[in-house]
Amino acid sequence: MEGTAVLGRLIWRAAEVAELWLETSSVKTLVLEVAGWPGHRAGQHVDVRLTAEDGYQAQRSYSIASAANGSRVELTVERLDDGEVSPYLTEEARPGDVIELRGPIGGFFVWDPAPGGAVLLVGGGSGIVPLMAMARQRAVDGDRVPTRMLYSARAWDDVIYRDELERLGGDGLDVVYTLTREQPPDWTGYGRRVDSDLLDEVAPADLALTFVCGPTPFVEAVAEALVGLGHDPSRIKTERFGPTGG
Amino acid sequence: MPIISRGFRGRRRDDVPSDRVPPGQYVTPDFPVLSAGPTPHTPLDLWDFTIVGEVDELHRWTWEEFRALPSETFTVDIHCVTKWSKLDTVWEGVSIDTLLDGVETSAEYAVAFCDGGYTTNLPLEDLTDGKAWIAFGYDGMPLEPEHGGPARLLVPHLYFWKSAKWVRGLRLAATDEPGFWESNGYHLYGDPWKEQRYWGD
Repeated sequence: MEGTAVLGRLIWRAAEVAELWLETSSVKTLVLEVAGWPGHRAGQHVDVRLTAEDGYQAQRSYSIASAANGSRVELTVERLDDGEVSPYLTEEARPGDVIELRGPIGGFFVWDPAPGGAVLLVGGGSGIVPLMAMARQRAVDGDRVPTRMLYSARAWDDVIYRDELERLGGDGLDVVYTLTREQPPDWTGYGRRVDSDLLDEVAPADLALTFVCGPTPFVEAVAEALVGLGHDPSRIKTERFGPTGG
Repeated sequence: MPIISRGFRGRRRDDVPSDRVPPGQYVTPDFPVLSAGPTPHTPLDLWDFTIVGEVDELHRWTWEEFRALPSETFTVDIHCVTKWSKLDTVWEGVSIDTLLDGVETSAEYAVAFCDGGYTTNLPLEDLTDGKAWIAFGYDGMPLEPEHGGPARLLVPHLYFWKSAKWVRGLRLAATDEPGFWESNGYHLYGDPWKEQRYWGD
């Protein structure tokens, strides 16, 4: 297994909010300036720690959304109504605020520029975030690994990174959408939950490596269907988030 | 000194006993699922549990033999490295002491191996004296595949990645060999009370 992702002690670092913007009605991207950031691989995540004035602390993990870019780290965070950290990051935080962060974490769910064939990225909802980091890293590196991204969202307005995904398309990356609840009138993409038939149509013929990220039922369904279609379970990497986590 | 995050108050829970929640953890009523790949589905007639490695002889139980062993119902708190803790979870399983009874070994470490290729390493003494089980029931029901069924290792005093899902056996050895997550940035031992999450913690 890849064992080179994290070396030495991961210390808490100050991360200053440089910029932030709304991606959808419930999702925000925060650009953080992290002095001393050691760099990261696409697909890795970080721990975020918030401290209240009386010393109370809360920690959560978030996928990194950006390709490696010096000391800048982007997080894309979905607001969970019953969450503790995500409401702060999506509603309270503003430029100049400082949070704490440590990472990068995880050496398994990471982009592989030489997978030996085509790559399939399957994202459900905000599970697209680490896959977007991979698509961005691929573009930055000028990688030509044939890559297909299958993005399942409830509706077109829930699709994160819409404009950028359009720009990233080409050079061997194509993006396929399925909108599970509501489709625009002239919609030509898929309009149902990801199932075996849909994956069979979308999976590249020479598929060598798949990354799946999303809520647990989504990841279970996708991974199970891919195995059922004959794909090697050891070449399907998954990352899940439960009903809580915010 | 930690940095104060302006405007952060948090959602404190007064109903949670703080001596049961390790540092950096929060309590959840849910049971989130985490795993690195697809969920394996091994038919019970092909399932076995083996103890191999530095042992006098290979020890093997079929599913029927395993289920015929004395089992116990126990209530424990579990702590996942991704920050959630779940209190008072009720399991049914066979104590590792029962499985090691009659196994002769000089080994000090164990690697749990699983369907799907997952492994995790532990000192043998963390598996004995009533500290660990092979669990096949959760909350009065058979353990669901996504939570590690038909059977998973349960070592509640360490971070939950040590409680290997879909476990099929233990490999005993004289030395500590890093398992799957331990080779991918996570702590070799994983004590939640010392917040041993990652390499170097």
